[in-house]
Amino acid sequence: MSMLQLKYDIPGDDFTRAGEASGDVKQKLKKLGYNPAAIRRVAIAMYEGEINVVIHGGGGEAVVDVDPDKVSILLIDHGPGIADVEKAMQEGWSTAPDNVRSLGFGAGMGLPNMKKYSDEMEIDSVVGKGTKLKLVVYAQSSKA
Amino acid sequence: MTVKTLAEKLGWKLLTESDGADREVHGCYVGDLLSWVMGRAKADDIWLTVMGNINAIAVATLADTAGIVLVESAALDGDALKRADMQGVAIYATEVPAYETAVALTKALEEA
Ligand SMILES: Nc1ncnc2c1ncn2[C@@H]1O[C@H](COP(=O)(O)OP(=O)(O)OP(=O)(O)O)[C@@H](O)[C@H]1O
Ligand SMILES: [Mg+2]
Repeated sequence: MSMLQLKYDIPGDDFTRAGEASGDVKQKLKKLGYNPAAIRRVAIAMYEGEINVVIHGGGGEAVVDVDPDKVSILLIDHGPGIADVEKAMQEGWSTAPDNVRSLGFGAGMGLPNMKKYSDEMEIDSVVGKGTKLKLVVYAQSSKA
Repeated sequence: MTVKTLAEKLGWKLLTESDGADREVHGCYVGDLLSWVMGRAKADDIWLTVMGNINAIAVATLADTAGIVLVESAALDGDALKRADMQGVAIYATEVPAYETAVALTKALEEA
């Protein structure tokens, strides 16, 4: 059992609400007096995951477990899945459609950013079934 | 130097309720692709961009930038303004392009 568990629905294709879950987590961690550097890493990594669920996954859910020493983020969607995870992890690789690119997304930097800002990252994706992404950010970490 | 002081020096026009008087500027990041900004901008950077949509506000909040400057008179969306005021993000506008704005603000920061 974690100290605090937070759950969110992430609506698909709704760009105005994208970021609500990560924004809420950020606020709650601030109130808990969490390490500011860790809060920033959680906020960015989770937002990248959340926006991918919105854009690529057709919506889903987030479950966040907060512990004194780490924050674990689980993002689940039932979208198309990722055929080639290794390729998707590369900087610059993106299948984002034009309407999404015009909003500033689609640089192919989301997954690399999650890798950069998290201490543990696990992708479990099945084509046609969906994607499960787990991110863990340590409260104390040597990461930027 | 605070965002507000910098804005006054460089003649930026305030668009939001927050004027950034409470935010120190430690550097600057220029870019319009949101994931680049999240990956490369540092906390307390002032962010120069033409991206005035609601997602840019989320990025500024989550990446903890000092504020946003919309360069080349880029437009700020109505829902983005609302979100910025809700989150206390300071946004300024200037007709000056990003490069000249970055040069001018670097000078102002160095002189301070
Ligand atoms: N939840 C997901 N479901 C299906 N495909 C995904 C999912 N997340 C990522 N992908 C695939 O992996 C690619 C790379 O993702 P990444 O977040 O790195 O870049 P992006 O979302 O395309 O652009 P950016 O994040 O820079 O705005 C996506 O373009 C998409 O093809
Ligand atoms: Mg992405």
